[in-house]
Amino acid sequence: MSIGLVFALAGAALAAATSGMGSAYGVGVAGQAAAGACTDNPDLFSKTLILQLLPGTQGIYGLLIAFICLSQIGIMGGGADTAMSLGTGLLYFAACLPVIIVEPISAMHQGRTSVACIAMVSKKEETFGKSMIFPAMVETYAILALLISILAIFGVSGLAA
Amino acid sequence: MAEQYIYAVARIRSRELSLLSEAVISQLSAAATEEDCRRILNEKNWGNPDLPSEEMFQEENKKTWALIRELVPNNMQIFDVFRLEKDYHNLKAAIKESCIDGIHPGIFAEGGTIPVKDIQQAVEESDYDALPETMRQVAQDAKETLLQTRDGQLCDVMIDRAALEEIRKAGEKTGEPLLRDYGELVCATGNIKTAVRAAKTGKSRQFLEKALAPCSTLDVAALADAAAAGTDAVVAYLDHTVYADAIDELNESVASFERWCDNRMIETIKPQIHNPFGIGPIAAYILARDNEIKTVRIILAAKRNGLPEEMLRERVREMYV
Repeated sequence: MSIGLVFALAGAALAAATSGMGSAYGVGVAGQAAAGACTDNPDLFSKTLILQLLPGTQGIYGLLIAFICLSQIGIMGGGADTAMSLGTGLLYFAACLPVIIVEPISAMHQGRTSVACIAMVSKKEETFGKSMIFPAMVETYAILALLISILAIFGVSGLAA
Repeated sequence: MAEQYIYAVARIRSRELSLLSEAVISQLSAAATEEDCRRILNEKNWGNPDLPSEEMFQEENKKTWALIRELVPNNMQIFDVFRLEKDYHNLKAAIKESCIDGIHPGIFAEGGTIPVKDIQQAVEESDYDALPETMRQVAQDAKETLLQTRDGQLCDVMIDRAALEEIRKAGEKTGEPLLRDYGELVCATGNIKTAVRAAKTGKSRQFLEKALAPCSTLDVAALADAAAAGTDAVVAYLDHTVYADAIDELNESVASFERWCDNRMIETIKPQIHNPFGIGPIAAYILARDNEIKTVRIILAAKRNGLPEEMLRERVREMYV
């Protein structure tokens, strides 16, 4: 087993792990706020649920990157390159870095923004549409990091081939 | 740590919707009679219409604290800063009751941090171990002073000073900027009220030293010097402090100054209405409810006594929402 493959696998695993941790935090804090808002006004359930779910996307992006990386290095679907060079392994790891770093941070900030927006909706229910925009803005940077990681992983695969 | 109050703050946000707004207060002020006010309050789910006014206020206060206990069950001591005043009021009442024969119902305030019975028993038996360490010495000194001199005012001054000091320290101890500011404002404005009263009644510098509690926004020694010199000197001193805005109100009356203090507190807590994290919005809600109860009490008393609407409007406080 080559050290290069270990780095590539570590990149995929960390992408899923850190993104999941960030989303768990974001969805968790937004869930607490949603529960608080719904206690006195249960009609807010559907609106606050949507706001709670927004920070959950980063976990999905991390999972997506992990899947792509695992399939490119052959861990998933068979045919893993057990002789992968250290350089190639590090390139895969570097390709995962945008997701490893950006997704958890954006999920945490999105969670806190969702908390603030849930407070806004619980005060004025009619602001729900506007309140979705604020956490959605944080999503932009999660998507940018996802795009770069996807492009980089496929780019590294092309180099390796 | 702010995350631990997210649920509580979200509940508070919902509850803020039922706080009495400026518009409702105007409606109450414009109402013809106390009964009309009670009707308006009842429509806002405020108070039980079957209860006398004073009991209604107690009920509303209990509702606030029941909610806070539900939301912050493991950290209630952080709000002691709001309840200490009642403890010291109860201490005063217990000391006076112990020196006068008979039982006097209605003199104790509910909602302090120490059960009233404990304070009564400690004072009655002159065994102060059941009281918090910070209260023991002043309880003993105040009771001895009252027994020896029969000077109720001196006894009050000693306890008031201790209360102000404790409130300020309790606010600082929490580490929460809002509670720290609350403690400081209560202490400083308490000192100003004492200084003005002392100046008007010609109290000595020695009396003022006993009466004024140290605080960070006022130089207590300078305030005592000014109060010993007269009301004009107090006003001149305050002109150089952060309480310069209050001079007009002070010149008008103590009631106007108290209104200024309450409005200043509301200004201090208003930013919390947009804060989704931390203990601040919960503390602000407690103060907002307190302010609401105080304002409604003033309005109902005014209606009961036939005070004109214009005079009433000068006395009602600004609201949080």
